[in-house]
Amino acid sequence: MTSAMEKGVAVRLDKVSFSYGEAPFLFDVEFAASKITAIMGASGSGKSTLLNLVAGFETPQSGRVLIGGADVGASAPSARPVSMVFQENNLFAHLSVEKNVGLGRSPSLGLTEADRAAIAEALSRVGLAGKEKRLPRELSGGERQRVALARVLVRDRPVLLLDEPFASLGPSLRDDMLDLVAGVHAERAMTVLFVTHQPEDARRIGEDMVFLDNGRVAATGTAADFFDGTGPEAFRRYIGASSGGSRDIARKRT
Amino acid sequence: MQRARSDPRITAGIVALAAIALLIGGAFAGLIREGAHDLSGAASAFDLYLLRVVRFTLWQAALSTLLSVVPALFVARALSRHPRFFGRGFILQLFTVPLALPAIVAALGILALYGRAGYFAAIGGQSWPDIYGLSGILAAHVFFNLPLATRLFLEALGTVPVDQWRLASQLGMGARPAFRLVEWPVLRASLPGVAGLVFMLCITSFTVVLILGGGPAATTLEVAIYQALRFDFDPARAVTLTVLQIALTFAVVLALTRLGANVTGDANLPVAPRRYLSAGTTETAFNAILIVLALLFVAGPMAATVASGLGADLSRLAGESAVRQATLTSAGLGLLAALLSVALSLSLIMARRALALRRRGGRSLLEHATDTGAGFVLVVPPIVIGAGWFLLLRTVSDVFAIAPVMVVTVNAVMAMPFAIRAMRPAYDAASERHEKLCAQLGISGWNRLRLVDWPSLRRPLATGFAFAMALSLGDLGVIALFGSDSVQTLPYLLLARMGSYRTADAAGLALLLGAVCLALVVAADWLGRGERS
Repeated sequence: MTSAMEKGVAVRLDKVSFSYGEAPFLFDVEFAASKITAIMGASGSGKSTLLNLVAGFETPQSGRVLIGGADVGASAPSARPVSMVFQENNLFAHLSVEKNVGLGRSPSLGLTEADRAAIAEALSRVGLAGKEKRLPRELSGGERQRVALARVLVRDRPVLLLDEPFASLGPSLRDDMLDLVAGVHAERAMTVLFVTHQPEDARRIGEDMVFLDNGRVAATGTAADFFDGTGPEAFRRYIGASSGGSRDIARKRT
Repeated sequence: MQRARSDPRITAGIVALAAIALLIGGAFAGLIREGAHDLSGAASAFDLYLLRVVRFTLWQAALSTLLSVVPALFVARALSRHPRFFGRGFILQLFTVPLALPAIVAALGILALYGRAGYFAAIGGQSWPDIYGLSGILAAHVFFNLPLATRLFLEALGTVPVDQWRLASQLGMGARPAFRLVEWPVLRASLPGVAGLVFMLCITSFTVVLILGGGPAATTLEVAIYQALRFDFDPARAVTLTVLQIALTFAVVLALTRLGANVTGDANLPVAPRRYLSAGTTETAFNAILIVLALLFVAGPMAATVASGLGADLSRLAGESAVRQATLTSAGLGLLAALLSVALSLSLIMARRALALRRRGGRSLLEHATDTGAGFVLVVPPIVIGAGWFLLLRTVSDVFAIAPVMVVTVNAVMAMPFAIRAMRPAYDAASERHEKLCAQLGISGWNRLRLVDWPSLRRPLATGFAFAMALSLGDLGVIALFGSDSVQTLPYLLLARMGSYRTADAAGLALLLGAVCLALVVAADWLGRGERS
């Protein structure tokens, strides 16, 4: 991407249907431009499938995927204006940190001086300055995900897809990473679709919420509405309505 | 809805399948044409001699299987009972050697040890019986298949969960109940597969029977095909024999796949798990005797090969132009065959993976072809392919001129199942890690090969390459049909020296050939496990 400060664009799934051969998924939903939307739902509800459809790893059976109003259905994953960070395997194990980030600029690693400067800047932004030459196995799990985020920075696409990228990290490390994402989002204002299992994650950086159930979008709204106890019934059941439930029991006792 | 973008990997797989189909199809075309041309001749080939050949083929295979598999059950059990003793790793390593050793080298080792002029006869004196015939064939087949079956059974025993051993030890099970309740069930489950595999290998064995059979009384179908083409020049009979051979192997493989056997064998060493049962003194002594006997039986012919090889005039051999020429030819053809084999295998592996990635629901016919289809080339023995092409081409050109092409292509295809086994897990694992990332970052084609696939796959590729090269270097099947004075490989030259009773020369060449093949397989093994973490 050329411009350094590209604003986020809206992502829309227009009656997108998809199936792995079993129960079909049907997504009809819009993600607002430049916002962080947390996507939650039980295992198998279609969270990752939704991201894969946006990224182009899966092809819808019918319907359209629109990014910034343009139908991207025919574009290859690399041609879409999105970056994605996976839970693991974001890096090539045999390539240094620098090269892994550099692939975000050129898939042949033909890097210009400007590219190298951008890579150095991105690495220092995510707190990895001085570790350019390391191999992924010489990094901690959190650092590896930081490298992936550095690559997101040099790619500079208007949409960022996060598929539970911090699920295997400990709580405080995860908070650090979430703050890093929030910080990057404040600078770049890209549209972020963030799949997570952790309500705290969604609460911490999510502005909007999309709740999936059984391959459908069951509810949408602002994160504030979802978490103040007035959210949809299915969502409250999913997160266990922890505080509310225990209070009810407590009341019955008295 | 299929993705519109075409994947070059699938194209590569289709090309590879087409090449294999051409090779096998051409052979069948040759057979059919010859058969149609001389139908009465083919029909009249059904005689008593043929019946005897078929009966002997089955009989020696059945006996070989029995003698390999039953002892292997007990040797494997003994090895599994004693997971830690000095030399255990060495024994297991030694048991992988026959897989790498060319059949002609092993046959010579058997002769050097048990033959009339062998080491035992030197001790046993005049009364020492002749090894040629059924006994020699059995000795060689057991030499090859006892270690193979032992390793497969040991692998099966390794699948017994540690918790079951803990439980058995807590319940105070002795050797007998532990065998009956813990070990026998897994052994019995793998028994049909292992026995079927060994039977299959013995039924298609060519070199061993050619060298140790010693006459028309002990001839199998494969050797009869060779004789019909090279000596009697009776194409009609060759067609009949080939059709019978195909029918026989096909029936065996069909039965094998029913039993869930793994037709390609395995080069992996099972690891020794912790055991919680300790064997008593009597059992330990019994196991020790068993293991030592097996060790001696397997190590004997190898030692004899080395000893008699060193007895040859190696420096004179090395100076001979025929030897040099054959070594060069072998190396060149082996390299080409290995390259082709790895290329074909990689194409099939990539296509299979790419097809699996874009699959929704059921597997397509093409995916099946790139997957199990590759293993089925073993159904068609190299002699059969060679015979088919021999018959097809003999009318249009000089069959001996196409020897290099035949040796390279047939050996490449025959080594393919092994190369695939060496390479596919690594490719699939790498693809699992890299597929989305490459799609996302737009890394494809040459960039993907250079930056992603080659760095992560060069070791498994080298493993497949070394293994394929060892297999084709030692092959005698195709070159026996197509070889001539102008195109000689090392095994062919070895055979010629044996035929002219230059035994010392043959022993020296066998040592050379065996050492090279062994070095290649050791390299393959080392490359395969060398991935440092």
